[in-house]
Amino acid sequence: MFPVIYPIILAVILFSLGVAGVLLRKNAIVILMSLELMFNAANLVFITFANYHQNLDGQVFIIFIMVTAAAEVAVGLALIVNIFRAKKTISIDEMHSLKG
Amino acid sequence: MTPALLIFILLGIIAVASALAMLLSRNTVYSALFLILNFLAVAVIYILMGASFVALSQIAVYAGAIMVLVLFVIMLLGTQHLDPRETLKWQRPLAIVLTLALIIQGAYALITRYGFQYATLAASPEFVDPKNLGMVLFQKHSLPFEVTSVILLVAAIGAVVLTHKQKKDGGA
Repeated sequence: MFPVIYPIILAVILFSLGVAGVLLRKNAIVILMSLELMFNAANLVFITFANYHQNLDGQVFIIFIMVTAAAEVAVGLALIVNIFRAKKTISIDEMHSLKG
Repeated sequence: MTPALLIFILLGIIAVASALAMLLSRNTVYSALFLILNFLAVAVIYILMGASFVALSQIAVYAGAIMVLVLFVIMLLGTQHLDPRETLKWQRPLAIVLTLALIIQGAYALITRYGFQYATLAASPEFVDPKNLGMVLFQKHSLPFEVTSVILLVAAIGAVVLTHKQKKDGGA
């Protein structure tokens, strides 16, 4: 097998790319997908340390994270659909008023 | 170089390349498909580290359900191409610099601080077995498991309420 530090560094790179997606892109759906990328990097760290400590609690935690991510995506996409109905765009530059 | 390390490096290259392609592709549908490829590569890394049940639920839940929902909304709204009009000239270089700083900072902190970097991963049989995972999930963590069902119910009701069309304008 391989050292523990390798998947941790991969997770750091994936998380940072997710942060870059949130900072760079203007499309709200791409920003939501970048959030998924960050969730995924956090899950990779959980799995790695669950394996390192030979403890199954980390895997259980990932199941909870997946449930939370699914709920977040459902609500977030519903919000994006609502914003698109009101403003005819999902560019986050156009979302600067609370009452649409 | 062991075979596991070789497979891990290949999968890591696929994961990072697909994440970069997701960030850089102009078409949102391509972004979603590259993100699915990233999830699949990470799922195979999970199998490599002995978390087979989590890997399969990652493929079923993330790459299957969540990304299909995202693709459905992309095609429903018809927003595959967003005009790449820049409003802030300094935003892009600043974001790239901040991301590189975050990568370097995170890698430095992880490499220098803790004593785990020379430990190697190993998958013992009782760690790989999904039966033990189910035992831990339903005995030790049964209350959080029930709470997640409430989260899912609230999310489902919330999504329906948010996207529900009002019969007449002016209400709510």
